[in-house]
Amino acid sequence: MKLNSNIPEAGSLEEKWTKYKSKMNLVAPNNKRRIDVIVVGTGLAGASAAATMGELGYNVKCFSFHDSPRRAHSIAAQGGINAAKNYQNDGDSVYRLFYDTIKGGDYRSREANVHRLAEVSVDIIDQCVAQGVPFAREYGGLLENRSFGGVQVSRTFYARGQTGQQLLIGAYQALSRQISTGQVEMYNRHEMLDLVKIDGKARGIVTRNLISGKIESHAAHCVVLATGGYGNVFYLSTNAMGCNVSAGWRAVRRGALMANPCYTQIHPTCIPVSGEYQSKLTLMSESLRNDGRVWVPKKVEDAQAIQQGKKTGLDIPEEDRDYYLERRYPAFGNLVPRDVASRAAKVACDEGKGVSPTGLAVYLDFTDAAIRYGKAKAHSMNLGSSADYKKLGQEVIAAKYGNLFQMYEKISGENPYEFPMKIFPAVHYTMGGIWVDYNLQTNVPGLFCLGEANFSDHGANRLGASALMQGLADGYFVIPYTIGTFLSDEIRTPQFSTDLPEFAAAEKAVKERLSMLINIKGDQSVESFHRRLGKIMWEYCGMSRSAEGLTKGRDLIRELRAEFYKDVFIPGSVDEYNTELEKAARVADFLELGEVMMVDALDRNESCGGHFREEFRSPEGEAMRDDENYTYVAAWEWADDGNHVLHKEELEFKNVELKTRSYK
Amino acid sequence: MSGDINLTLKVWRQAGPKAKGKLESYKVVANEHMSFLEMLDVLNEQLISEKQEPITFEHDCREGICGSCSMVINGQPHGPQTGTTACQLHMRHYKDGETIVVEPFRATAFPVLKDLSVDRSAFDRVIQAGGYVSVNTGQAVDGNSIPIEKDLSLKAFDSATCIGCGACVAACPNGSAMLFTSAKVSHLGLLPQGKVEGVSRVKGMVAQMDKEGFGMCSNIGACEAECPKEISIDNIARMNREYTGAMLGSE
Ligand SMILES: Cc1cc2nc3c(=O)[nH]c(=O)nc-3n(C[C@H](O)[C@H](O)[C@H](O)COP(=O)(O)OP(=O)(O)OC[C@H]3O[C@@H](n4cnc5c(N)ncnc54)[C@H](O)[C@@H]3O)c2cc1C
Ligand code: SF4
Ligand code: FES
Repeated sequence: MKLNSNIPEAGSLEEKWTKYKSKMNLVAPNNKRRIDVIVVGTGLAGASAAATMGELGYNVKCFSFHDSPRRAHSIAAQGGINAAKNYQNDGDSVYRLFYDTIKGGDYRSREANVHRLAEVSVDIIDQCVAQGVPFAREYGGLLENRSFGGVQVSRTFYARGQTGQQLLIGAYQALSRQISTGQVEMYNRHEMLDLVKIDGKARGIVTRNLISGKIESHAAHCVVLATGGYGNVFYLSTNAMGCNVSAGWRAVRRGALMANPCYTQIHPTCIPVSGEYQSKLTLMSESLRNDGRVWVPKKVEDAQAIQQGKKTGLDIPEEDRDYYLERRYPAFGNLVPRDVASRAAKVACDEGKGVSPTGLAVYLDFTDAAIRYGKAKAHSMNLGSSADYKKLGQEVIAAKYGNLFQMYEKISGENPYEFPMKIFPAVHYTMGGIWVDYNLQTNVPGLFCLGEANFSDHGANRLGASALMQGLADGYFVIPYTIGTFLSDEIRTPQFSTDLPEFAAAEKAVKERLSMLINIKGDQSVESFHRRLGKIMWEYCGMSRSAEGLTKGRDLIRELRAEFYKDVFIPGSVDEYNTELEKAARVADFLELGEVMMVDALDRNESCGGHFREEFRSPEGEAMRDDENYTYVAAWEWADDGNHVLHKEELEFKNVELKTRSYK
Repeated sequence: MSGDINLTLKVWRQAGPKAKGKLESYKVVANEHMSFLEMLDVLNEQLISEKQEPITFEHDCREGICGSCSMVINGQPHGPQTGTTACQLHMRHYKDGETIVVEPFRATAFPVLKDLSVDRSAFDRVIQAGGYVSVNTGQAVDGNSIPIEKDLSLKAFDSATCIGCGACVAACPNGSAMLFTSAKVSHLGLLPQGKVEGVSRVKGMVAQMDKEGFGMCSNIGACEAECPKEISIDNIARMNREYTGAMLGSE
């Protein structure tokens, strides 16, 4: 199979999208009325796509396994959304955002896609403001920005620590408006369990009504997946509990390709694990690295005393602290990209300098920032030098990050204003995903994929505040146009009926699969299998990987999968509200995905971004890419016999010179 | 293990919307570091190992932001901590030997689906009745073309932080949705972008609220006390003013 990225030929990098848009085939309004589009997912990508295509006049059917579109995982995004507005006049531009994203992604993404993303970023902010998204503002009433890791400008727009919530509510409201006019038909609590193809094109889906258990078919002219990331393959991650790969994976089983599945983002600032019962991990937004300084004790004895509860961070004098990010990466300091910060934390803990009972934590300390802010405040209030700078500054910190500090205290039971926060890396985001071309179309004609579910824009590592940007770019400003490239040839295609044999066959397969699962009637819970899978993934395909470990990991997953199909126990029946059955089908898919992640990581004999292979590092421990041999997208075709087939899309860099990423 | 606490849970079990429900008793050993939902996970694993059906409850983010979790703990929606959802409640607030009663949110407009899970789709329909700004994608002007006073923007933000959980409805003896609806009316009404449609919004949303079977507001204030996002009851007063204005204007 030859993968064609369909990057438009015409124009320079800067002109491509504009030229392409003005020339592409469109669907006239009277024809849109006769075309049905299925959108699966109501996160930022799905809700914005469904709303916008509804506004344009398509008949949209939208699906979510949640009870309301507003509950999609996007709601939990904290820190912010990037846009090349250059409102701060600090030298930002579309090109700089493009360049930062390509570099941040360690030169493993497509130039044309990323440039388009940077271009439309500015429109996203305008759209969201018009919807009533209450972004942070300056005293003068204009929009405020902050910085995120891996960049040297302030281009992140935010709404306290709840940016995702506010953006999703904006998209949800736009979607609600289309639902009220009947342009979008919303199916909540419906989980897509299969993709239906007719004559090779995606024409519908099979869903399960999660309340009644009923299996239903839905037909359309095309299908758009916006079903989010698969970080939960690691069991413990910052993702919401329901996040899963099933919609995408079912599409893979129908011929779509899984691209770069091994590119996983491990976020450096999460609350450390506290015990075996732990169900998920909580992110502390990256924005905290604007003001927090990361450190561990210089001496292992001090770290041990802290681990044993004999000392706290406050007992370690300044000269005995190692602010290792500032030391190792003076140019970016605490704001190095996520992959770099996470690995550095691992190195510190591997040296025995961790600061929690498990030894798996580092400090994030706000004392200096509080004093700095306090001084400025005392100065502006004419309080003189006797003022309590730290206390004044803490008020500033509280105004900026109050809800995050509160969340930290609720979970850890420790006051972060008094003691430095303890953080540790955790699985957070998946750069890999379903392979799509420039139009966001998969290799299956009529099947599109948006948001975190696709692989498109972040290469081997995503920069902070860029997922929200990509989700909304895809949904509001890309798919409404590019879907026309497929649909303009379909205006004479009549609506599809779910009476077609392809639907009956898919429904039958879904029913058989579910009854097979429930009839295993073994002895172990779904959760226990998921936990074991997560441990294997983290151990062998986590922050650092090796050929030996990956080979072992792959075998362990195969064994675990075999055991799952022999011994899983699912209570209840298929035709009722059954959360264990829902989980079982998702874990079954994770058990296949996990294997392909191992295989992909094993194939990639280099270190890049979130993929760090122990065999490929410089003497200083930095990641070493192999541009000569691995400047490609690895798109995997599933094979039942385990010989998964690799399809390569070579990446071409015509505008950016491939360099060793340096944040020193 | 250190920090373990023995608990008796009395949990509402109901097989389906029409089935009769009742409280069942369970023993569980929790740890003080667990969240309340992790404690329920432990109990569910225990039930599954005994080949029994686990307790159905809604949850997703477990960070207090998605609004999925919805249970009444010892008579209080989301439990005893102010400004805290059930998923953010930690077991360190409970003592060894305690009995905890867990029930679903109860309101006419929120029928029970199974055990602790209820149907809150009425909230979506209230939003569909006008809880948006009518602006199509691509129509917007530059984000900085309309400056908005910082304090006003923050006020709108405070109203916009509602997570749509429904605790306000469950807390209210009348099952009123005034806090939820007024939070949306205020969020949009305070901002210049949303003000334009203020009249039709408040009329539409209030009418839908009544249609869904939510009760009247009699200023008891239980909603504000139980709201995990501390949405202020001032929103209700604000909406009432807007509503009265809208009805006067339409006559
Ligand atoms: C804690 C946290 C904080 C974050 N903070 C930031 C940040 O500050 N800035 C940033 O840019 N990014 C951030 N991210 C990343 C970002 O939030 C996500 O990448 C992004 O929101 C994903 O959006 P999405 O629309 O692709 O998918 P999601 O929001 O995950 O939505 C998926 C949708 O698909 C539906 N779905 C899935 N499978 C099925 C199925 N089989 N059938 C039916 N429906 C299905 C779900 O119901 C849901 O509606 C954060 C992520 C986390 C975990
Ligand atoms: S107002 Fe408060 S209690 Fe009511 S739905 Fe919103 S967040 Fe929940
Ligand atoms: S699970 Fe999301 S708010 Fe509780």
